[in-house]
Formats: sequence, structure tokens, C-alpha cells
Amino acid sequence: MTNPRTLVADGFKQAALGAAALVALAPTVFMIVTALKPQSEYMVNKVGLPREPVLEHFRAVLGSPEFFRWMGNSALLVTGTVLLSTAVAALAAYAIARMEFRGRLTLLALCTALMAVPPVVMVVPLFVLYTQIGLISSYHGAILIYAALVTPFSVYLLTTFFRTIPAEMFEAAVLDGAGDFQILTRIVLPLALPALLTLVIVNALWVWNDLLIAVIFLQDDAKRTLMAGIAVFQGRYNNQIPLTMAGMAVASAPMIILYIIFQRQFVRGLMAGAVK
Amino acid sequence: MTRLKPYLYVAPLVLLLGFVFGTSLVRMFEFSFKMIRGVDGPWIGWRNYRLVLNQPLFWESVGHNLQLLLAIPILIGLSLLTALLLYERLRGWTLWRAVLFLPYVLAIPIIAVVMKQMFQFNGPVNEVLRWLSLDFMALDWIGSPDIALWTVMGLIVWREAALGTILFLARLLSLDESLVEAARIEGANWWQRAWHILIPQMRGVIEFFSVICVITMLSAVFAYVYILGGGRGGPGTSTMVIELYIYNALTRQSLPGIAAAVSVMLFVVSLGLIYLLFVVRRRQDD
Repeated sequence: MTNPRTLVADGFKQAALGAAALVALAPTVFMIVTALKPQSEYMVNKVGLPREPVLEHFRAVLGSPEFFRWMGNSALLVTGTVLLSTAVAALAAYAIARMEFRGRLTLLALCTALMAVPPVVMVVPLFVLYTQIGLISSYHGAILIYAALVTPFSVYLLTTFFRTIPAEMFEAAVLDGAGDFQILTRIVLPLALPALLTLVIVNALWVWNDLLIAVIFLQDDAKRTLMAGIAVFQGRYNNQIPLTMAGMAVASAPMIILYIIFQRQFVRGLMAGAVK
Repeated sequence: MTRLKPYLYVAPLVLLLGFVFGTSLVRMFEFSFKMIRGVDGPWIGWRNYRLVLNQPLFWESVGHNLQLLLAIPILIGLSLLTALLLYERLRGWTLWRAVLFLPYVLAIPIIAVVMKQMFQFNGPVNEVLRWLSLDFMALDWIGSPDIALWTVMGLIVWREAALGTILFLARLLSLDESLVEAARIEGANWWQRAWHILIPQMRGVIEFFSVICVITMLSAVFAYVYILGGGRGGPGTSTMVIELYIYNALTRQSLPGIAAAVSVMLFVVSLGLIYLLFVVRRRQDD
């Protein structure tokens, strides 16, 4: 059935995709391979595989308490932001999708507009405000900023999803005597689980990967996030490239592992979150 | 009670957004007309703006952001090509898709640190180029002021193309396949099918992605530049961008008034782009 011409054409297409995949993978491969080389070997062998792989760099990174502190700080900010923004967004989205009140559409339009405001624009007034009320280098201060930056998109996504839930489900629940809050927590949220998972991934990834807010609002050494820590780490070990790469491999491991497990949700989430 | 209930549900949202955005947007305008020392200062009219607009470094930063816009056609072309290749759904395409999306999963600071080492003058990339006898291409990617910004551009293309590919592919997979099938039966080759049938139907998503790219290039490249340029937009000022200009004015020089003036200008430009995004999205939905 397949004629030789299609076969050749398919071969070219596969080769093109293979080349693109190679470019996409190269930095990750370089990072891991280099981390396994002794310092002396990297000086003479920058491209090839390690002759005798060593784990000393990984051991050094995993043995340093600061790396885990940075990760812990990032995890704390991610958890706080995701919990706060999901709760706030779920309540608001439920009201916007299911209740009649004045300003409903204005609120939704406002959220859609705020989605596209670049974070850097908000930095100056917030910095002055936070200096004034003493919230610089505080976790809750940073969580409030992160939450405000990711919540508009969350409201938008959840409202869209809540509107797709058939009205009969609500009518049945009302007949059973359920109140709005019960309907939200017992019926709507369980149904919205895929959308919620997508949302958690987008928001978590956004906070975890952020550098701008982190370097401005968490300047205290003890409060430093992983991404801000990386900037310090690479400057400190400027010439110890295998060690630096081991640090980067450890720092990227959580996201790569999550990506492999939740690939579908990651792709869906990042596509949805592209607007931000 | 029932009339108040909706407001109770949206109150947390209004409070949160009000706290972070509400006063901030107003105060940003206010600060841009003041000489702020610490948290407040005297009104000085347009002086901050005049100062900024007369400073060569500001214009250089703006120029760099504009130069980054040049990458967008390449970015869209590459994303379109990979998406169309994936759409053929040849054997193993889901694996290719997973690998091609990886750049977008990795955090920008991490990838910037890795790339910075790969592109050192005596680094692995140049070593491979020399091995291929392409010595003339073995440039000082990070250390030369003439080249550094192009390297930043390359890194942005490398990462954002992953997003473009997935966005375009999602659109392709949602298209009605009967047209493509008909063309295939008529004997149209891959290129003809792509150019005459698929790409015209993707106009909406291409426009949408273009606007996202413009927003990214003008206001979301801080993390790339901060790492590759050693926190200072280096070498020299060759990778200085607007975001870094605001960051420097705010935290290093403690001139919030100046930073606010630049923020206001960036905000006004962003508003225009956001409006464009709405228009484009509405058209895509129709």
C-alpha cells in the first residue's frame, strides 16, 4: 500500500522531528552528563560521555542544607499560593457562574484584563507599599502577591468550567435542600477536578519558576527561593561547572518527574496558562 | 441575606485583587510624578519622565526589547513546522511531542545557567563547531557585547517554540479532517496540504500566539537576561532590557520615582497589547 515515495517522505519527516527533539533535549543531557564528570575531566572532555562517572557533585549538592532550604521555601510559597488562590477563585467563580448580582460581568472582564498585565509593572508600587507596612521578605507578603497574580486566570478558567455543568444538577441539589456552599463543595468541585488539577499545575509551576518577584520581595538570605538560590549558586561556583550542573539537575528534578507522571495535565495546563 | 450572598462569595477575590492591584495601579502613576525617597516625596511634575527619556541607557534597553521582536517570525515559523510534522502522526509522534515540550517545562533560570555554560567561548557548543570545521561560527556567544543579545534571543526561541508547537498542534487536531483527506485523495503533497488547507485555518491561533510573543518579548524576559547577563545586563549594557532597568532603578539605585515612570510607560504599551489580545481572541472564537 505505502509507495516508496511516501516512505522516503516519512523518513525525512521523522529525521526532522528527530533533529528538533535533539535540540530540545541537548541542554538536559548536557546538564546530567556533565554533572557526572570529575572536575578535571570536564576541562579536557566537554562534549563526550564521562569516562568514569562520579557522584561526588550530586553528593555535595544533596549534602548542602541550603539547597533544601531553598526548595523548602519555594515549596512553601507554592503551597500557600495554590491554596489561597484556588479557594478565592472557586468561591468567586461559583458566584459569577451561578448567581445573579450587579457587577458580575464587570468582575469577570476585570479578571480577564488583569491576566495580561505584566508582573513587572506591579513591582514598583508594591515594593514601596511593602516597605511601608513591613512586608518585604515575608512569606505571607510574597504569597499575597503571587496569589493576586495567578488568581485572575484561575477565576476565568473555573468560571468557564462551572458554566458547562448542566443546570439539572443544580436543580436536583436544590430540591434535596442543599445550600450554595454545599453545592459548591459536594457537587461542583468534584466535577471540576480535571480543571482544578490543571489550575494547580499552572499556578504551582508559575510560582516555582518565578525569579522576578522572588529577587525583589524575598531578599533575606533565609527566605530565598530555589530560583533566586540558583542565581547565587551559579555565581559562587563559576568555575566548577560539573558541580553547578549537579545543582541544576537537582533543582529541575521535581518538575521533570512531575512532567513525566502528569504529562497530559501539564500540557493542557500550560496551554491554558499561556496567556499569562 | 440572599441578596448579599453573591457578594460574600466574591469578597475574598475583591479584597485580594484590591490589595495588590487596586491601590498599586493608582500609586504607580502618583509615584512617577514624585521624587520618592523611601516611601514618599515631593511632587516634581514630569521630571522623572524627562530624566528617563533623556537617558541613553533607557533607549538602549527599549531598543533591545524591540530587537527581541525580530525573533517572533522565526519562532512562529519553527513552531508551525514542528506542529505540522507532528500532525502527520507518524509512528512514535506522541514521544516526539513529549520531548519537544520539555523546554517549556524547565524553569528559565535553570536552563539559562545550563546554556550559559554550553555557549562559553571554550564550551561544548564551540568545541562541536570546531570539530565540524565550522570555526568561523565558534563565536563568543556570552562574552561578546555584539552577540550576547542574539544568544538571549536564541534561548527564548528555543523555549517559547515548545509552547507554540503545542498550541498549534492542539488547533490542528481540532480541525475537521475531511478537507485534508479530500486533498490527499486528490494527490496534494504534504506541502500543498499544509500551505493551502491547514495554515489558512490556523490564522486565529497564529495571531493569538504572535500577540503573546510580543507581550513576552517586551515584558517577560527578566529571568533570561538576569542569569545570562550576570544580573547586570552584561557584558557592558548589551543585554539590558526594560524590566532590568526598572529593577535596577528600584533596588540598586533606590529611585522608585524613576522606576515608576518607566513602569507607567510599559503599562500603557501593555494595555494596548492586551486590547489587541482581546480582539484577536474574539476573532478566534467566532
